[in-house]
Amino acid sequence: MNGAQDMGGKHGFGPVHPEPNEPVFHAEWEKRAFALTLAMGMPGGWNIDMSRFARENRPPTEYLSMSYYQIWYAALEHMIKERGLVSDDEVAAGHSLRPPKPVKRVLSPADVAKTLHRGGRPIAKRIRKPSSSPAIAFGRKTSTPLPTLACLLTCAATSAPSSA
Amino acid sequence: MSEHDHEHHHDHDHSELSETQVRVRALETVLTEKGYVDPAALDLLIETYEKKVGPRNGARVVAKAWADPAYRARLLKDATPAIAEIGYAGRQGEHIVALENTPKLHNMVVCTLCSCYPWPVLGLPPVWYKSAPYRSRAVADPRGVLADFGVSLPKDTEIRIWDSTAEIRYLVLPMRPADTEGWSEEKLAELVTRDSMIGTGLPRSPKDLK
Repeated sequence: MNGAQDMGGKHGFGPVHPEPNEPVFHAEWEKRAFALTLAMGMPGGWNIDMSRFARENRPPTEYLSMSYYQIWYAALEHMIKERGLVSDDEVAAGHSLRPPKPVKRVLSPADVAKTLHRGGRPIAKRIRKPSSSPAIAFGRKTSTPLPTLACLLTCAATSAPSSA
Repeated sequence: MSEHDHEHHHDHDHSELSETQVRVRALETVLTEKGYVDPAALDLLIETYEKKVGPRNGARVVAKAWADPAYRARLLKDATPAIAEIGYAGRQGEHIVALENTPKLHNMVVCTLCSCYPWPVLGLPPVWYKSAPYRSRAVADPRGVLADFGVSLPKDTEIRIWDSTAEIRYLVLPMRPADTEGWSEEKLAELVTRDSMIGTGLPRSPKDLK
């Protein structure tokens, strides 16, 4: 996906401004937005690729004008609403207006350390080792599912030639 | 820009910030009321990255590699298990590659697309690492970026830029400063700066400690 996030080599952003003795967070809401995003990964059931897509899929003008944790927060709201866990009127009201949707797991304080330490499964372990025999033997009948509309749109978008 | 314009701009920024603050708090309340998050777990997540997981972890890894040639070899061969030997592992550091600086080669790490960074050894990335100026220019004008950090390298030093991905994160192993023979790992670790492990800085020299 090429978008505003694809910044390598782009001109005009000016010099880098390192901040001496920079704090980890610059506002209380940044801490909460960060922690909510991590914690909601469990009931929300999303992985790093999904959350990155939600951040990078912001309209380019928004992406370039928002701070880092504003982007995180916008993506969090988007992913939560997309899964029907919370609706607009509830965020506006600042209170739950409906019973919760059943979720598989919630991050408990006791699980924080071991969940962070375990992390995700690295790609190197997810790549299947080549086997000496093919997964599908020659001549065997198979069925291939038709791509969904969403996939067709994505594929079309990614294969479109980029204008120079 | 007139003073009036400036004030207006400032107010605008301020109200936007308050709006975000209010909205984040509202969402946290909704999610807590629904039982999707436990605020005590949120506090622990914040505390972990504010107080426990940060560049001091990476400094221990680098100092050990400086002091122990066998460890250095393990780190450069396969960094993830070598780093796990000291107890650092997990989220956003599932696959770490260590990059060795030499007199001829200087490594520098960026994530042009986002903010990928080896959390278990460096903590959360600083604002400049996630900023458009760094992400755009690190790959096109590395010497210019290094100058922004006050770093100037010899002309014949090759600079190699590594673009991180969500899958692979990098830790730069800077060169051990001179005049540190016989130093303990603890003392060596004091010379290791965060930026020297990203490649936008160099380690402190022994005289900087005094």
